[in-house]
Amino acid sequence: MHADPRTVLTGTHFINGDAACCEGALAAGARYAAGYPITPSTEIVERFAARAPEVGGLFIQMEDEIASSIVIQGMVWGGQKAFTVTSGPGFSLMMEHIGLAAMTETPVVFVDVQRGGPSTGLPTLPSQGDMMQARFGSHGDYAVIALSPNSPQECFDLTIKAFNLAEEFRVPVMFMMDECMGHMTEKVVIPPADQIEVRPRRHTTRPPGQFRPYEPGPDLVPEMAHAGEGHKIYVTGLTHDRRGYPSLNAAAQRELVTRLLEKIRRAAERLVMVETDQIEGAEVVVVSYGITSRVALRAVQEARARGIKVGTLRLICVWPFPEKLIRELARKVKALVMPELNMGQVVIELERCAAGQCKVIGVPHPGGTVHDPAEILEAIERGAQ
Amino acid sequence: MLTELRIAGFGGQGVILATHILGRAAAVHQNRFATMTQSYGPEARGGAASAALIVSDEPVLFPYVSRPDILVVMSQEAYTRFAPEVKPGGFLLVEEDLVRLDQRAQGLKIYGIPATRLAEELGKKMVLNVIMTGFLCAITGAVGPEAVRKAVQESVPARFRDLNLQAFDKGLEYGRQLLERGPLTIENSEEVPLESEV
Repeated sequence: MHADPRTVLTGTHFINGDAACCEGALAAGARYAAGYPITPSTEIVERFAARAPEVGGLFIQMEDEIASSIVIQGMVWGGQKAFTVTSGPGFSLMMEHIGLAAMTETPVVFVDVQRGGPSTGLPTLPSQGDMMQARFGSHGDYAVIALSPNSPQECFDLTIKAFNLAEEFRVPVMFMMDECMGHMTEKVVIPPADQIEVRPRRHTTRPPGQFRPYEPGPDLVPEMAHAGEGHKIYVTGLTHDRRGYPSLNAAAQRELVTRLLEKIRRAAERLVMVETDQIEGAEVVVVSYGITSRVALRAVQEARARGIKVGTLRLICVWPFPEKLIRELARKVKALVMPELNMGQVVIELERCAAGQCKVIGVPHPGGTVHDPAEILEAIERGAQ
Repeated sequence: MLTELRIAGFGGQGVILATHILGRAAAVHQNRFATMTQSYGPEARGGAASAALIVSDEPVLFPYVSRPDILVVMSQEAYTRFAPEVKPGGFLLVEEDLVRLDQRAQGLKIYGIPATRLAEELGKKMVLNVIMTGFLCAITGAVGPEAVRKAVQESVPARFRDLNLQAFDKGLEYGRQLLERGPLTIENSEEVPLESEV
């Protein structure tokens, strides 16, 4: 299925990452959004509030982020594609309902334009400090998908991808931008609508009476029906059986929670989205994501000029983590270097997957700006020794 | 080639739009790489407004500008704050009626333009930013004038299009004439004391 041409702003633009994310959401088919606007994500919904009514959509400004993160799920169960947009403090408030979206398998997108934390932190300055929260922030065991763009162009392209993955796996997808990305203006090429693949909802074809809302398909993902179509659907955060009814016992818990994790785990290979350069024969590979991947490349160029064999691996999809790829890579290199705009988050996962086969050198940064490439260069040199 | 530039002035002078126009010209009409950033903090409210642009033939990796090749200043405060950051031998373009130079400008290629006055002559003070884009094109060659002209057309409301194109041409023409005379340079710091010492 292709994007609706009425919503696609085909052409070459010079816009910031926030604007590009909004255009991506519209191209992906989102007509509804709710939020409690917060810097540095405000421009996304500001634009959406102006653009969505042109195509029969709507933005609702809610009383807070808790309400925003639940009303978008109502929009989805009412048959729409919907999303919310926030930054650190709001993301924290949304955690309860990210768990609900995972538990009820509601295909929905959460955009987090990360700023310096904890708490109110640095509203107008960047960080990548919410990466672990994106994966583990809600209670209980569940899986999500998290994408990390590194240009306004990717803010457009990957927002579409985020919506498509949410539909394919029926999971909440975390779109992890940062302040630098959101407010950075670059060229963004928006293709014609017929070149944009949009994944439709996995709507059931079964008639009412023969449909069980949580009957897993071959890929463990159930089909969906919407409220008001004649199906009996019961959407609950309680542990439920295949009919969707609360089933408060260990056997139902085992079946449901295992499947919520397994539907992503089984697809892990397909969900590996990385960009690599010169990793064959490299002594050191710099692993990074988001804005940091661009800054790191400057350090990599300098290291190569000094004769060090350095490769790069950029995580476009951070969660699920490309476990197998890292495990194999760790066998071949002296060191993996990971700069990130936090005091060491995704590097923990990198260490786990490297499992002592090579050195893992984190380059932490508390945020507020991007790394000085010299810090990353120093880590590369240390890794090559 | 990679050129870093910063435009700074008062809030309301159109600093952000001017930078956006230049970035759009380079990225969309010259098919080069251009990355624009602007300050969003409390310092961006009220007094000083500033935006930065990197134009390059290669992908831009590091997004921020700390040592610009070109600085355009339209207020004294902006001059005082940003002039020391310009690379030695870089361009300093000033709104000459609003900026008083001092030894901070030493070693820079300085070109002045009475942009506010020229804008008033055209009938609207608000087009001084677009005059500055024309002036920058002529003096520095950082972005091609035809590309910027197109970007001006696309970036302003239809009813102000002609006025803005006139403003762009005015700045371009003024710059071309001034270029023949060469830059003003400040060599001897004793003759031009720091503003704070005056």
